[in-house]
Amino acid sequence: MAEPSPARPLVRLLAWVDERFPLSETFEYHASKYHAPKNFNFWYYFGVLALVILVMQLLTGLWLTMSYVPSGEGAFASVEYIMRDVEYGDIIRLAHSTGASAFFAVIYLHMFRALAYGSYRKPRELLWLIGMAIFLVMMAEGFFGYLLPWGNMSYWAGQVIVSLVGAVPFVGEELMTWVRGDFGISDITLNRFFALHVVALPIALIGLVFVHIVALHHVGSNNPDGVEIKANKDDNGIPLDSIPFHPYYTVHDFQATVAFLIVFCAILFFVPEMFGYFLEKPNFEQADPLKTPDLIVPVWYYTPFYSMLRATTFPLFGVAAKFWGLVVMGAAVMMPAVLPWLDRSPVKSIRYKGLISKFMLALLVVSFFILGYLGTIHATPLTTGIAQIGTLIYFAYFILMPWYTRIEKTKTPPERLT
Amino acid sequence: MSKRREEADATSKGRRKFLIGMTSAASTVGAIGAAVPFVKSWTPSAKARSAGAPKKADIARVGPGELLSPIPSWRGKPVFVVRRTPEDVERLATENPELADPESEDLARQPAYARNAWRSRSPELGVYVGICTHLGCSPKYFGEAKPEDFASDWEGGFYCPCHASRFDLAGRVVKGVPAPDNLEVPPYSYLSDTEIIIGVDEDTVAAAGGDVHLAAQPGEDPEEIA
Repeated sequence: MAEPSPARPLVRLLAWVDERFPLSETFEYHASKYHAPKNFNFWYYFGVLALVILVMQLLTGLWLTMSYVPSGEGAFASVEYIMRDVEYGDIIRLAHSTGASAFFAVIYLHMFRALAYGSYRKPRELLWLIGMAIFLVMMAEGFFGYLLPWGNMSYWAGQVIVSLVGAVPFVGEELMTWVRGDFGISDITLNRFFALHVVALPIALIGLVFVHIVALHHVGSNNPDGVEIKANKDDNGIPLDSIPFHPYYTVHDFQATVAFLIVFCAILFFVPEMFGYFLEKPNFEQADPLKTPDLIVPVWYYTPFYSMLRATTFPLFGVAAKFWGLVVMGAAVMMPAVLPWLDRSPVKSIRYKGLISKFMLALLVVSFFILGYLGTIHATPLTTGIAQIGTLIYFAYFILMPWYTRIEKTKTPPERLT
Repeated sequence: MSKRREEADATSKGRRKFLIGMTSAASTVGAIGAAVPFVKSWTPSAKARSAGAPKKADIARVGPGELLSPIPSWRGKPVFVVRRTPEDVERLATENPELADPESEDLARQPAYARNAWRSRSPELGVYVGICTHLGCSPKYFGEAKPEDFASDWEGGFYCPCHASRFDLAGRVVKGVPAPDNLEVPPYSYLSDTEIIIGVDEDTVAAAGGDVHLAAQPGEDPEEIA
């Protein structure tokens, strides 16, 4: 009855699929008809790069589990085996360890972008909160993963961080034993962390990244001007200052990905240890419960928060300093989550905010770097003092925000994108 | 809609609400019950508990002013066994205002028999869990009373390299360091003059209903306690 379709086989196949699954519709919604602001700059690369790294981590991680042995007896030796005997094992392992650092570097830049351009503000609060959840899961993922090589730093860093749980009043000791499944960090802890690192948290991460993107495409991307492009639409309801994500930004991001991979591979091939910042020296020795390394330092991406933990040296309300250190560190990590409700400025982007906002953001970045550096060296009374000031600055950025964003003089943002 | 139908709807609304309420309550109880195995499965297994069994240590090898080496481990933690010199014993008994808890007021940190100036069963031999009470690093032994980099008036004791906490030779923490508490004293007993057992004392034996023969002091007849 029906006329034979003149369409080519692939088009017909697509039509067949589309009747049964919203393939074209999904592609259009998320790419070819997703209208993104036309003025994305350098800072808008990091979201897509984070996605690229996530895929790389999943892939290299999957391959590592094929040769890794999660046991106190076998873990360290199996990592050495991967590094020396498995074909291309060293590349896969180092890509995974370098990938972890790259992931955090990119995420910190991604978060800075949101801070600068007010991307967390209405209507993107939920998008921001999902992002914060991703950040938390990443931190846990990194921590669990760091124990797996079963080097001496793995062991002792695990010991120190799990000991933090012991600072919880009354139930701390039991909670600590419960987390470890043993009276110290052991084989059992290693197996448990392995399960969390390769099964539970990656699933959580993928799920959260998915809803992060769904939420983003629902509210639409912010932009460096912090002006809502949806306010000015053409007759077809398409924002005037937008371009479709595909092909414009796909090509744009593809190039950025290539540039990123060049830098990534250069690090991976030539300085995978990054002078002890990505892979720490004591970790080339097997875990020894009787021998603490002279200086216990977390990997660089935790050091700003670790510094704040160490800087909390005084007891309060009859509760030990150790507990308050835990509170300060937890609060520092969670603080950005409340930004949507702290920022009272009439404008979103730092381009139109006042001098105080610019100054405070600069201070935040500087203090974050200083805290990060202090976290990698021995604590002395001097460095502790500096870390305390840094901690105050870090918190001041957030806590004083409702005040300084209201009183400062802002510029009027343009109607349309610049 | 007829009036009867409306009445019937109102009744079924109430019934539906009731059914949802009851099912939710039952499900909550069920969910809590189902969570028990998952939560409990994270506590130490029977194997882990037995690996945490008592450990014997030969104390004949440790001379005055020395730390028993290699360091024995109990429940995966290092245990410091230190033999103090007569001068150390005397100095520890004199009052020291720099200590945070010189009288061992915190009862959870040591068994009752170690609540004295030396925090041990006998003044010359100290037994401490070698884990800093701050964040779980293992402190280092600096037994001699001489000026050190971290303290010019050092009188011997333990120093944690991680966050600079200091403890005296009885494992008592100094004021103003990150560590909040004294080092833990594990339960321990003497098997003979030259051997101790870590992880067992009269309380743990009594709790287990066992009949192991232990002594509280070196040279004491083991029968006396058990």
